[in-house]
Amino acid sequence: MAAMRSVKLSGVCSHAVRQMTGMNACRMLQQRSFRVNGVHRQQSFDPTDKPQFPGASAEFVDRLEFIQPNVISGIPIYRVMDRQGQIINPSEDPQLSKETVLNFYQKMTLLNTMDRILYESQRQGRISFYMTNYGEEGTHIGSAAALEPNDLVFGQYREAGVLMYRGFPLDLFMAQCYANADDLGKGRQMPVHYGSKDLHFVTISSPLATQIPQAAGSAYALKRENLNRAVICYFGEGAASEGDAHAGFNFSATLECPLIFFCRNNGYAISTPTNEQYRGDGIAARGPGYGMMSIRVDGNDVFAVYNATKEARRRAVAENQPFLIEAMTYRIGHHSTSDDSSAYRSVDEVNYWDKQDHPISRLRHYMTARGWWGEDDERSWRKESRKKVMEAFEKAERRLKPKPDLLFTDVYKEMTDNLTKQRDAMWRHVKQYKEHYPLDAYDK
Amino acid sequence: MAASARVLFRGANSKLSLSSVKSGSYNYLRVTLLTLSCNSHVKSQRRHAAHFTFQPDPVTTQYGPTQKMNLFQSVTSALDNTLASDPTAVIFGEDVAFGGVFRCTVGLRDKYGKDRVFNTPLCEQGIVGFGIGAAVAGATAIAEIQFADYIFPAFDQIVNEAAKYRYRSGDLFDCGRLTIRAPWGCVGHGSLYHSQSPEAFFAHCPGIKVVVPRSPVQAKGLLLSCIADQNPCIFFEPKILYRAAVEQVPVEPYTVPLSQAEILQEGSDVTLVAWGTQIHVMREVAQMAQEKLGVSCELIDLQTILPWDTETICKSVVKTGRLLISHEAPVTGGFAAEIGSTVQEECFLNLEAPIARVCGYDTPFPHIFEPFYIPDKWKCFEAIKKMINF
Ligand SMILES: Cc1ncc(C[n+]2csc(CCOP(=O)(O)OP(=O)(O)O)c2C)c(N)n1
Ligand SMILES: [Mg+2]
Repeated sequence: MAAMRSVKLSGVCSHAVRQMTGMNACRMLQQRSFRVNGVHRQQSFDPTDKPQFPGASAEFVDRLEFIQPNVISGIPIYRVMDRQGQIINPSEDPQLSKETVLNFYQKMTLLNTMDRILYESQRQGRISFYMTNYGEEGTHIGSAAALEPNDLVFGQYREAGVLMYRGFPLDLFMAQCYANADDLGKGRQMPVHYGSKDLHFVTISSPLATQIPQAAGSAYALKRENLNRAVICYFGEGAASEGDAHAGFNFSATLECPLIFFCRNNGYAISTPTNEQYRGDGIAARGPGYGMMSIRVDGNDVFAVYNATKEARRRAVAENQPFLIEAMTYRIGHHSTSDDSSAYRSVDEVNYWDKQDHPISRLRHYMTARGWWGEDDERSWRKESRKKVMEAFEKAERRLKPKPDLLFTDVYKEMTDNLTKQRDAMWRHVKQYKEHYPLDAYDK
Repeated sequence: MAASARVLFRGANSKLSLSSVKSGSYNYLRVTLLTLSCNSHVKSQRRHAAHFTFQPDPVTTQYGPTQKMNLFQSVTSALDNTLASDPTAVIFGEDVAFGGVFRCTVGLRDKYGKDRVFNTPLCEQGIVGFGIGAAVAGATAIAEIQFADYIFPAFDQIVNEAAKYRYRSGDLFDCGRLTIRAPWGCVGHGSLYHSQSPEAFFAHCPGIKVVVPRSPVQAKGLLLSCIADQNPCIFFEPKILYRAAVEQVPVEPYTVPLSQAEILQEGSDVTLVAWGTQIHVMREVAQMAQEKLGVSCELIDLQTILPWDTETICKSVVKTGRLLISHEAPVTGGFAAEIGSTVQEECFLNLEAPIARVCGYDTPFPHIFEPFYIPDKWKCFEAIKKMINF
């Protein structure tokens, strides 16, 4: 136990040191300044028999003992509501207005409706690909609501609700999935790779985890601008295994970036279950290893997600440090339209989450208990939301594809000689062989 | 048989067996299925027909009994043979245990055990580094990278480590028992990150071998050669062919030699060089050239990109005097440039026309513009016309 205690202690100490840089921390220790690699650093110095290694603040022990891998384990899951939507501890109730809560609910369900229609349209061959957000609506809306509208968002791909919360119109979601002429990304990427400059949502990229160190860089730059802006970076528990995740965590901690890492731990990375992804206590357990504040929340509890993100956001900016939020949830849908998850998980397992612990149902229970939402509201909202989605869908389907010239722009800021030549050659060719190219599907 | 352009990334036609996913309590629409209204424009939304037709090779009986297999099944067959004959062999990567997102490892974990066919955490640099280490310690390591587009986090392990292990240690250590497999090339709707053909990056890297097969039979033989080869190999599998290409494939193990190009069709006027999917585009181009222009094409499948078979190509160009090289990857710095400059050095006096390259443009691989981007048969055909009229 001694080792454990000392581990804990040193954790506390190092945190305190960081909080009180340049001051006496933990103990009354003398200070001295010395050079490491030509850089001046401050380190506590105790003339007695204390370790002086620059890489750790700790104590000597005289018994051989390995630290158990479960020193950090069973990190609790913060929640505000139980599965029936009842507030557990009134002091944790975010006390959101009826209007705000209804907005949460409508955004969560609108996302769900959009998902169903776009999923089905992929099955019918109308769009090439789709990824649903089923079961993770609470993580999106709860976190998005806790941010300031101009905080910068880096997403993975399963965070459409964040963008929806910020006001990205259905028309633009559809335009992206259809890669039509209204797509802000100019038809270049696969469906669900949304982006919006106005809404401070950096365009999604398929290669996993690349956004994680980028988010650290952005947070660092925002910190220097001193405009009270934070960055949030979403990723899956699978992506957290990438080397880039390590880089991003470590950079943000050492460079003191106002950044919220938001991990959606939904149990799977395609077919790979979490026990083949990591052996520690999830993603939250990694936080202390990086010297980072961490919390685990019930991702199906939109209020828990909201509270945690709100507080992390406040402190990230006030204290210039990163926070790690691990939201426990479940991917109810297949990984994507290219996946059939019955090959690796049981229908019973999926049903449990769909029927017993769904973030939308939980919030609805909460609203119903307050008399804020009844069957009639539900019925008319369903009709209305479906109509909205269908209208946007039909509009997107009718719209032409972007003009083929856009194949060559934005490779560089300016058109280069080789690209100009290639574009001209393409047009000469396409005009000569026009019966073989689907020109009428594209804008002129 | 016509290649389907709708090769999805996995289980293309996988039925929606998880009906619960649609009908659960939170089926917000609570509708059976959406009846999306059809309108006149739907046709234009549908994906384009495939840009090629897969043509099987004549059936070989040389290697014993054959079975009908598509390309992913022929890869599975090669892996199966290897696991059966080589007790050190291990196969690993993201989602490999349940059969892989392209179904290449289906059934192997159950047959050979989960210590031999297993999932890794989601980390390509880890997968390749782990594979190098296993190979250094004497195991036959077969690593899967889920898409060639995602091989780049492992670039350092491949370029600085795998490729240089033997050389830098004075042959004390090597990772020749490592083979890296990755789905490769365009698929009709893969856009930037599910379409790339990154062979040229690796062709710039002495110490590794790079191979791309055109068909199920070649895939099995070449993959077994890569696995047996004493050097680290990268094996790129044209993913659009996984289901679209079906042949009678020998059940028993056999090898197709590396670094040997194959002349698929002899001809006298133009040499056509390609690899992977593009071979099937070129087959049609050769036919069109014959029928419409009376031009006789010699079609060569390069098969091994590094180290490549200069002799077969140069001999052919000496005969025909014209060379057209085609690949999907961007033209600038693509492997066609390397072939072109070697042929120019070796066959300068034999050339009747400038060497032509019909390749991808110097842009990322675009989603909705794919029909305009790819080096399709019409672009290749036009290039032949120009060469003949030069
Ligand atoms: C670098 C890289 N490797 C592999 C992939 C293929 N891939 C796409 S999604 C995915 C699983 C990601 O799982 P997770 O991060 O848990 O997110 P989730 O899908 O569960 O939301 C994989 C392996 C990729 N996109 N990028
Ligand atoms: Mg996941």
